Amino acid sequence: MSSPTMSRRVFLKASGGVLAGTLAFASGSIALLAPSRSWAMPLDNLTSRQGEVLLAVTRQIFPHPDLEDAVYAHVVKSLDRKTRAADNLDQVSALGHLLDEGIAELDAAAGGDFLAIDDARRLEILTPMGGTPFFEAIRGDAVVSLYDNPLAFAHFGYQGAEGDGGYLTKGFNDLTWLPDPPQPQGGYLPFEEPTA
Amino acid sequence: MAMTDNQKTFAHDDDSVVVVIGSGAGGGTLANELAQQGVDVVVLEAGALHTTGDFLADEWASFAQLAWLDPRTTSGSFRLAKDFPNLPAWIVKSVGGTTVHWAGASLRLQPHEFAALSTYGEVEGANLLDWPLSYDDLAPYYDLAERRMGVTRTNDIKGLPGNNNFKVMYNGAKNLGYSCNTGHMAINSAPRDGRAACQQRGFCFQGCKTGAKWSTLYTELPAGIATGHLELRPESHVARIEHDGSGKVTAVVYFDAAGEEQRQKARLVAVAGNSLETPRLLLNSASTMFPEGLANGSGQVGRNYMRHMTGSVYATFDEPVHMYRGTTMAGIVSDEARHDPERGFVGGYEMETLSLGLPFMAAFLDPGAWGPRFTGALDQYENMAGMWLVGEDLPQESNRVTLNPEVTDRYGLPVANVHYDDHPNDISMREHGYRQGTELYRSVGARDIYEVPPYPSTHNLGTCRMSERPEDGVCNGYGQAHEIPNLFISDGSQFTTSAAENPTLTIVSLAIRQAEHIGRLMQQGVV
Repeated sequence: MSSPTMSRRVFLKASGGVLAGTLAFASGSIALLAPSRSWAMPLDNLTSRQGEVLLAVTRQIFPHPDLEDAVYAHVVKSLDRKTRAADNLDQVSALGHLLDEGIAELDAAAGGDFLAIDDARRLEILTPMGGTPFFEAIRGDAVVSLYDNPLAFAHFGYQGAEGDGGYLTKGFNDLTWLPDPPQPQGGYLPFEEPTA
Repeated sequence: MAMTDNQKTFAHDDDSVVVVIGSGAGGGTLANELAQQGVDVVVLEAGALHTTGDFLADEWASFAQLAWLDPRTTSGSFRLAKDFPNLPAWIVKSVGGTTVHWAGASLRLQPHEFAALSTYGEVEGANLLDWPLSYDDLAPYYDLAERRMGVTRTNDIKGLPGNNNFKVMYNGAKNLGYSCNTGHMAINSAPRDGRAACQQRGFCFQGCKTGAKWSTLYTELPAGIATGHLELRPESHVARIEHDGSGKVTAVVYFDAAGEEQRQKARLVAVAGNSLETPRLLLNSASTMFPEGLANGSGQVGRNYMRHMTGSVYATFDEPVHMYRGTTMAGIVSDEARHDPERGFVGGYEMETLSLGLPFMAAFLDPGAWGPRFTGALDQYENMAGMWLVGEDLPQESNRVTLNPEVTDRYGLPVANVHYDDHPNDISMREHGYRQGTELYRSVGARDIYEVPPYPSTHNLGTCRMSERPEDGVCNGYGQAHEIPNLFISDGSQFTTSAAENPTLTIVSLAIRQAEHIGRLMQQGVV
């Protein structure tokens, strides 16, 4: 679901764009965490349009229909960070070149604008690119960055660092849709005296 | 205050000390045992000292903090060579070694597993051999290790309480006629030995913040230091072991935290760097007298590398599970661990609950995969239960650790290349395990099943194996090198065969037995 707010945006800057959008699911777990429905992710090296294309590509590689663009934006941010050219070199990094060329290829295959075609067509273009350095650069980053942030944790139902204090009194054994195993097989709580 | 602050120190030219390389299950235990006997020990640990307060409830950040990330290379047909070509093993570079990361499962090897060749017979392509010691030889040391480590369901220690992931496994196991309980775990089910009871954090792999899980980091090492006979030197990366004209080892050369080369003289050297670094070190210590590497007259150093038959089965359900809450390895089924060739393979396997947090589930579910099947699994993460299969893999001479002259580490030393091909027996066993795991979860209403390939290996075994005859292996039944009387192998590299069980309890038991033997040899003036 590409956000209209975002795809209408036009930035003239050569680099250092911004990704922005509005949360699609007003009552989702992410909306509960977010201070407002609008979000923005500033980019240091990629243009806004590059960011939008990469986000659209990531949505095809790891399709979660109910997952907010705001979470996919973490992948763009991560790629943006890695795209930074080496210090003291006024040039685009190797990854930057790879992304530039890959995006140009996608646009060409789409007849000019990858963002203008629908999801089915995007997937059709991307599928044969599986395994290419461009595709792998995005997939390899996304498989980490898409699932390693608090918004993703909230969406997928993983409590992350909340576990640091322990689940002993916070639901480690709260499953009720199956019978509780008997003792001694099922063990004993720290303060429980063994009965068998 | 760090545990090393007021420790006894020894001079570099003190040639009366025993040098132990590595501070994990083997090295940490051996060092403490020797120190308790009054033997002076210097422990050289490549990793830094991280204490329980440093541990992170964040999978990737913890991985960066604890994992051994120095370069390694891979070859062979095993899938890891493609998916994680520079990460064949998921082991720790930190004081305490992989006892910081382990899940705590403490199972004894079965008696017949010490006699794999006699029990299974010759298997084509396998380099099977009986251990030079029997279950009965090791049994008293298993007793000592279980008491030391506080293993649940031994020594009247009650079982740990089962979490949600266990409940799913238990109910499925029951339907299949299996027995299942919360396992023999070196995790405190109640406060014991000055350490807390498990708080069910679910970050066993990231280091146990409460110290409920046994690790040499906060048991053996400080206990050894307290005797005044043990000096722990973290961030000491060993480069090579030196010997004299008679072929006895005399010193260990290492790089300290500042990258400076140091030489510690030694009366005896024990190597416990895990099954990748231990053979690498022996091979990197080649000399005119030992051109193929130390203790390698048989040519077996680095060979017979075993990583256990592994794989995982994850299943999704209509209702939530929250498998990540609580101990990572929360339940064990041992019914398939028996030797029963009727199933189409020799040896057996354990089924043990396992969970990964969302970040690692994404990384390991199906490396390289993308698209709706992959994302469909993660969409059901909350309703997912999982188990790990761990079974005997067969030693093969061609599965081996060698030096890769093309790739060097930061000290210019050739790195380890890990070559591995699955044996047909491993493949049959894995398929059987996938089937049984699937059936177990189907019986309690599983919706989707995911057969997950082996992770980078935490159980690395066999690269300096024990053997009765010098031509079949590297060391004898006490871990003493066949060729060099004052050189010992003290980690899982000693394993003659892998057996089905998680190896730590056996490594600790062997280390206790080895320490007793070394003490005896020292008294006799043999070493």
